[in-house]
Amino acid sequence: MIWQTAVIERIEQTTPRVKSFFFRVALEHHDAGQHVDIRLTAQDGYQAQRSYSIASAPGAELLELVVEHLPEGEVSSFLHDVAVVGDEIEMRGPIGGHFVWRQSDEGPLLLIAGGSGIAPLMAMLRTRPATDTLLIYSTRTWEDVIFRDELLAMDARVRVIFLITRELPRRAEDFGTRIDRGVLGSVMKQWGCAPRHVYVCGATSFVEAAATALVDEGIPAAIIKAERYGGA
Amino acid sequence: MVTRGFVGRRPKADDARRLPPGQSLTTDFPVLSLGPTPAVRLERWKLAITHDRKVLASWSWEEFQALPHTPITADIHCVTKWSRFDTQWEGVTIDALLLAGGVTPPTQFVLAKCYDGYTTNIPLADQRGAQAMIATRYAGEPLAAEHGGPARLLVPHLYLWKSAKWIAEFRFVEWNAPGFWEERGYHIRGDPWQEQRYTNDP
Repeated sequence: MIWQTAVIERIEQTTPRVKSFFFRVALEHHDAGQHVDIRLTAQDGYQAQRSYSIASAPGAELLELVVEHLPEGEVSSFLHDVAVVGDEIEMRGPIGGHFVWRQSDEGPLLLIAGGSGIAPLMAMLRTRPATDTLLIYSTRTWEDVIFRDELLAMDARVRVIFLITRELPRRAEDFGTRIDRGVLGSVMKQWGCAPRHVYVCGATSFVEAAATALVDEGIPAAIIKAERYGGA
Repeated sequence: MVTRGFVGRRPKADDARRLPPGQSLTTDFPVLSLGPTPAVRLERWKLAITHDRKVLASWSWEEFQALPHTPITADIHCVTKWSRFDTQWEGVTIDALLLAGGVTPPTQFVLAKCYDGYTTNIPLADQRGAQAMIATRYAGEPLAAEHGGPARLLVPHLYLWKSAKWIAEFRFVEWNAPGFWEERGYHIRGDPWQEQRYTNDP
């Protein structure tokens, strides 16, 4: 897979710690859920690579990556503090053939995200799935909800429930707790659908908790796809 | 292509020498798996060496414990870009396993099959000579389920997707048939020092 030049066309601050970067790049068509690799090169040839999930819908004009600023993050600090519109970086992809959803996979669809784990699930939501879809999205605070306005404006077949873990939830349907079997069972009961596919993305501890809750609720492990990041 | 304004936070020279291209050093232990972590109960655990639908040898958990265990310390490299140094494992080398089972390899190719349905291909040439083991302990403790416990394959000189978690079957096959990730865009061998990440990488 070859490295290509990607130009930053736009940068948006989406939450206090997260920016979206929009790239113009001629990658092959991607499926929702896939990721790209990016590569940065210093003057002396030193290189750093990272993987980021694609948040834009397949076919979108610009490719959107969601980058959380990690205090010690070599690449995220560069992107947040140094990179500006017009800069070029190297990119290759799309990559990944497991954590993907295509319209033809149908639904109902259950999506569970923690923090910046929303990115690949956003690509799925942006394909406007023609099926009942439930998104359960956990963040620390209301301000940390990435894509909040876009999620609140989703059409009627997409139900969005926020789990806000460090402050009181703002909406009556949301929860002020971490994900566990109790919350999951209650949200799924209100939804009233049996999911055909489940996608879980977030930090390792979040994904472990969500996946355990799903299995305990009787969801077959075979339909649950997980993407974890960060340390155990 | 030089990236404008990128300086980077270089690893120390000693660490840099141990990092394959494109990797960065981590001190935690990230978890990558396809789905939920399976709960594999020890009383039901079994490891089988098979070929052509025949079981050549198999062990219960208790029987497996009686095999000669070896400690190894190795650097591990995940295709998602992190590497971790000096990880300490204990398990039964593939050499010891074949010997204990009285198995003369019927082919030179192996497909590891796991309790969660995962598969990966590893030629025997990448396993013999103490290059690979069935690991059951990590850092002096029983291997945690999220890291592949009770037992995983460990092939530290290849990217970590080859070190199949929750291994159940060591299947000899007639050719180097691709496993789960190898069928989904990842390299057939996966040598981190040659940066063999994706299918068409050199």
